[in-house]
Amino acid sequence: MPRKKSKKRSGKKAGKKAKKAKKSEENAEEPFEEPAEDQPSASTQSSSSSAKNEKLGIIKRFINKVIGSIFKKKKHIKLGLYGPPNGGKTTLANRICIDWLGEDMGSVSATAHETREIKIKEQINIKSGKKELSFNLVDTPGIATKIDYEDFVKKGMNKTVAKKRAKEATKGVIDAIKWLDDMDVVVVVIDSTMDPYTQVNITIIGNLVARNIPVLIVGNKIDLKKSDLKRIEAAFPQYDVIGISAKFGKNMDKLYESLFVMVD
Amino acid sequence: MGGLTLQFIPYSEIEELSSLGRIKKLLKIAKENKIVLLEGRLNKDEEAELIKTTMEEINDEFKGIELGVIYPEQTEGALLKKIKGGFAKLLLGNRMGLTIIGPASIVKEIKKDPTKIELFTTTPRKTKKKKR
Repeated sequence: MPRKKSKKRSGKKAGKKAKKAKKSEENAEEPFEEPAEDQPSASTQSSSSSAKNEKLGIIKRFINKVIGSIFKKKKHIKLGLYGPPNGGKTTLANRICIDWLGEDMGSVSATAHETREIKIKEQINIKSGKKELSFNLVDTPGIATKIDYEDFVKKGMNKTVAKKRAKEATKGVIDAIKWLDDMDVVVVVIDSTMDPYTQVNITIIGNLVARNIPVLIVGNKIDLKKSDLKRIEAAFPQYDVIGISAKFGKNMDKLYESLFVMVD
Repeated sequence: MGGLTLQFIPYSEIEELSSLGRIKKLLKIAKENKIVLLEGRLNKDEEAELIKTTMEEINDEFKGIELGVIYPEQTEGALLKKIKGGFAKLLLGNRMGLTIIGPASIVKEIKKDPTKIELFTTTPRKTKKKKR
């Protein structure tokens, strides 16, 4: 089945990284067994071998500590939220932050390009059963191919403010594209009430696949009547699509489970 | 009366250019208020780079672009058909398909599905005539 194949391929990189980090962390945390002092030594030969073992142990501990500390940092994967403007990326970022940190991440608005700069929330730990996942959440500005300040004027902004917003929005798109290379896992947030088969969505997903970054497609706003997840599934048949309502927290458990699967 | 200009670019015209050269060439035509019909497509990196460069060039006159790429993806059908499609891709690469780039001031929307592209142009603004 093509969907499974692609998922496996796309999840490969993050999976390897997570496993490597886990392994080295386990090694680093593995306590070094000190020889018991009150235990009588069996012979002189064994005492010399235990001294040798101790020396080896010290070296082993040192190596584990150094390597462990390197990979421990890598355990905090960067999870990026990408997509077109007004898909609900910041609403989803806020939902994740409220669920696990108890606080918001950024402001949301019905006017496009509310998020015009990269926002990062560090060290979010999510749990599912015995599993635990730690990541830095990166909320990115919506990617668009056109920005017209007059659209903001129509929303009631004065010309100067609208022009400033448009300028910031163009910079935001550039930054979002630049940041693609830094991501370990990406959730593409698509408004499920809109046509998903847009060139922006295709370009984002195509670029992630080309960079071997695992992708999860999320159809947001399923609480709305016009929502149509099947359209997204038909547009991107190689991917699993999860329908959520970031605003009302619907299906968030499914999203978290999928994140665990992606990084495992 | 304002007309709509379509400019066809054969793939051979961009084949030898660098990524930046390709992007600059295509954007230059779009900024002249022409709709570009490119034979084939840019690679994924170049598509992202095209969006980035477009953003850098947006100003009061140039509002950006509408972009649409149609590329035959052979995911379904008989095995023989898939093999044929695979060979065609191997031989032609990015020369297959069609890319449309239109200035946002003229092209309102490019709707696409895997087999067709629909291009919607903006309706010119009506100017009120002053009564004498």
